[in-house]
Amino acid sequence: MSLDPSVMTTRRTTPIPVGILAAVGVAFLAIPLVGLLLRTPWSRLPELLTSPVATEALRLSLITSISATVLAVLVGVPLAWVLARARVPGRTFIRALVTLPLVLPPVVGGVALLLAFGRRGLVGQYLYDWFGIQLPFSTAGVILAEAFVAMPFLVITVEGALRSADPRFEEAAATLGAKRWTILRRITLPLIGPALLAGTILAWARALGEFGATITFAGNLPGVTQTLPLAVYSALDTDREAAIALSLVLLLASLAVLLLLRDRYLRGGSS
Amino acid sequence: MSLHAELALERPAFTLDLMLDASDGQTIGLLGPNGSGKSTTLRCLAGLEQPQRGVVEITGTTVTDTARGIDVPPERRSVGYVFQDYLLFPHMSVLDNVSFGLRARGAGRKEADAAARAWLERLDIADLATRRPGQLSGGQAQRVALARALVTDPDLLLLDEPLAALDAGTRASVRSLLRRHLADFRGAVVLVTHDPMDAMVLADRVVVLEEGRVVQTGTPGEIARRPASDYVAQLVGVNMLRGHAADGTVSLAGGGEIRIADQAIVGTVIVALRPEAISVHLHHPEGSARNVWQASVTALESRGDLVRVELDGPPTVTAVITPGAVADLGLHEGARVWLSAKATELDVYPA
Amino acid sequence: MTAGRLAASLALAVLAATTAACTSSSGDSPAGEARTTLTVGAASSLTDVFEQIATDFTEANPDVIVAFSFAASSALAEQIRGGAPLDVFASAGRTAMEPLVAEGLVTGVADFATNALQIATPPGNPAGVTRLADLPNVSVLVCEKQVPCGVAAMELFERNSLAVSPVSFESDVRSVLTKIEADEADAGIVYVTDVIAAGAKVVGIAIPSDANVTSIYQAAVVAESARADAAARFVAFLTGPQAQAALAAAGFDGAS
Repeated sequence: MSLDPSVMTTRRTTPIPVGILAAVGVAFLAIPLVGLLLRTPWSRLPELLTSPVATEALRLSLITSISATVLAVLVGVPLAWVLARARVPGRTFIRALVTLPLVLPPVVGGVALLLAFGRRGLVGQYLYDWFGIQLPFSTAGVILAEAFVAMPFLVITVEGALRSADPRFEEAAATLGAKRWTILRRITLPLIGPALLAGTILAWARALGEFGATITFAGNLPGVTQTLPLAVYSALDTDREAAIALSLVLLLASLAVLLLLRDRYLRGGSS
Repeated sequence: MSLHAELALERPAFTLDLMLDASDGQTIGLLGPNGSGKSTTLRCLAGLEQPQRGVVEITGTTVTDTARGIDVPPERRSVGYVFQDYLLFPHMSVLDNVSFGLRARGAGRKEADAAARAWLERLDIADLATRRPGQLSGGQAQRVALARALVTDPDLLLLDEPLAALDAGTRASVRSLLRRHLADFRGAVVLVTHDPMDAMVLADRVVVLEEGRVVQTGTPGEIARRPASDYVAQLVGVNMLRGHAADGTVSLAGGGEIRIADQAIVGTVIVALRPEAISVHLHHPEGSARNVWQASVTALESRGDLVRVELDGPPTVTAVITPGAVADLGLHEGARVWLSAKATELDVYPA
Repeated sequence: MTAGRLAASLALAVLAATTAACTSSSGDSPAGEARTTLTVGAASSLTDVFEQIATDFTEANPDVIVAFSFAASSALAEQIRGGAPLDVFASAGRTAMEPLVAEGLVTGVADFATNALQIATPPGNPAGVTRLADLPNVSVLVCEKQVPCGVAAMELFERNSLAVSPVSFESDVRSVLTKIEADEADAGIVYVTDVIAAGAKVVGIAIPSDANVTSIYQAAVVAESARADAAARFVAFLTGPQAQAALAAAGFDGAS
């Protein structure tokens, strides 16, 4: 008598050790968040969130994170295209380079940015000596630092989508008379639309939460470079409750991102 | 000449070396087994691939000439391409798919849509205009792909296995529809297929390709009657026997002899014998048939209303008889029978 | 053993090991040794000189090992409030210490040094800063407003009516110093001792003493410390001759 897979039932109960470890994992992630929520000074919240420091930080964070995301998309999508489609030598190296900010500690990234774009930096010295442009301590510096850490998310998501997309649609479009720009605009990009959106949202979330590279490279000045994470850090030793309130804002932003992306995007690949 | 192409290129599986000519309104059927270079040929004609050596001229314009470094990209060639799996843009409606070629070349939305709708009407799929490719059946998708390729009024139409993705039932009706529209098309058509029925029905001339080389060209009828290779013979279902002819007798390469009607022909020849022309008997037949030999049944295969009987002789042949005959004769694998074939039924031609 | 059981056992083993490590690192070691590890939370401006003092202290008190946690004084105060296992708190200025005293979190407060502010410029002083009055015209780095160094810097500007807009408020004085060393800004407000410690890496511009702000460094025993005895000895050592000599060599002024 042979076994018919369609009528076999699998045992769905979780083995106890697996269950315990999983519960530990959930607790590990949930308890800090619950702690944050429990310690939130709900009554003072409106006052804390409308204070000059908070509004400045929020405004700055929004401006810089969105600008950084735009920058990441403008530069990252072509880069992803080159990695996925073009036959340039050293692609593996370029890909490793793109992935680097993902694994590099953000502070190290900030130090690297200083060495490159600081007043005496590799490129920065020319920017300063010739044009009087100084990126550290400027909002532009914040945008640069945030773009540095956020771009890999975008490039990797988009590259993945481009690789798995059927290049023959582009061939079909070519036979119909479409030039390269038209193909990109009407075929390639729309086909990877969902992945592009997911990558953009991820990049934005990363840019919003960036701390180490920002404080090291761009500095900490309310209204100019003090983004929300930096404001939280500064408030920690002076007004704990303000720090918690600002942390709550960041937590809500992260939750919003997760809801926007939903499971299927985070599991990798476009729909 | 509407199309003139000479292509030479090397691949791991084959070396392509062919010359193709077609006049306006002519449909060339490129027939061959998978991996013989048919799709590569189409891609070279479209400009999606470049031959190592070659020339392609479409209505007098040179679009490829490796010697002179000319290589016009696909978007600037006047070519319509219907892909094997249609490649309809999944994120666009049927109407947008069909109008794409016009809009890509700069036409405004209104005119492009109007032209697209006209074609959808012509192909009887006007009601599908707002659907997405994912919602279409195979036959519908095929027609959309055809409309999309034709709307830009190309000089050359290329079809890659147009009916391969369809189930047997739809195939026949789509085939006749395609035949009508190809007849209306004023330019040259190159159709690639591995199904001889497609070639027979749709092509004016057939080019048989095997491992990158042309093994035979001719009208569908000529190819069917006188297949020049085993592959074609198998495709069209003809028995092909090779041997040496002299004085009306062909000594077959596989053993045995065949009497033919043509007394004059001498040398290495191919004898084409249609399966329908072979009679199967239980006992040695008495009659006018000049060719009578013994054979064993090696296989019996139902083909619609008829049965194909594989027999080894020598010579090894396939015969086609009715199921009733199979029953009457009590045929089974291994049965010993007598075969007869009239010399007048044989087609003999130099190899 | 199933994979599940194996994983669970491993996890338990790891947990047990870390707990054991935690409990054994501080506190008394197994009988026979009785060496105490004293954890001192000290202002970052004390980084170099305290290492020296620790060596001297351990020579005089072989039963104690000194471990340091250097950070901004305000950050350390916050950690103590949060129950961090510090035994001694050495603060750069009263502002961080006073609240802890009021809350009863520290005892035995002693002044042990004073420090004055100084302007630090990158090597070669590219912006040509020569006096306080130059500061409003160049890019200046200071510590965060709640850090003692930052408090002092703000006081310095106020006292001298300087309209200085710093380009960044760094988390501690060493960050300021590092950025000045790298020539990221034209000037930074740091302590005299920091300039001395940095040696040739920065150029120090003196601030006249009548214009300057003095910070009084205080040390205290953390009330919750389990090694209060050793802690008190360390605090006392700071006011003793050896420590005072080291402090003076580093550029600190006396405790008076």
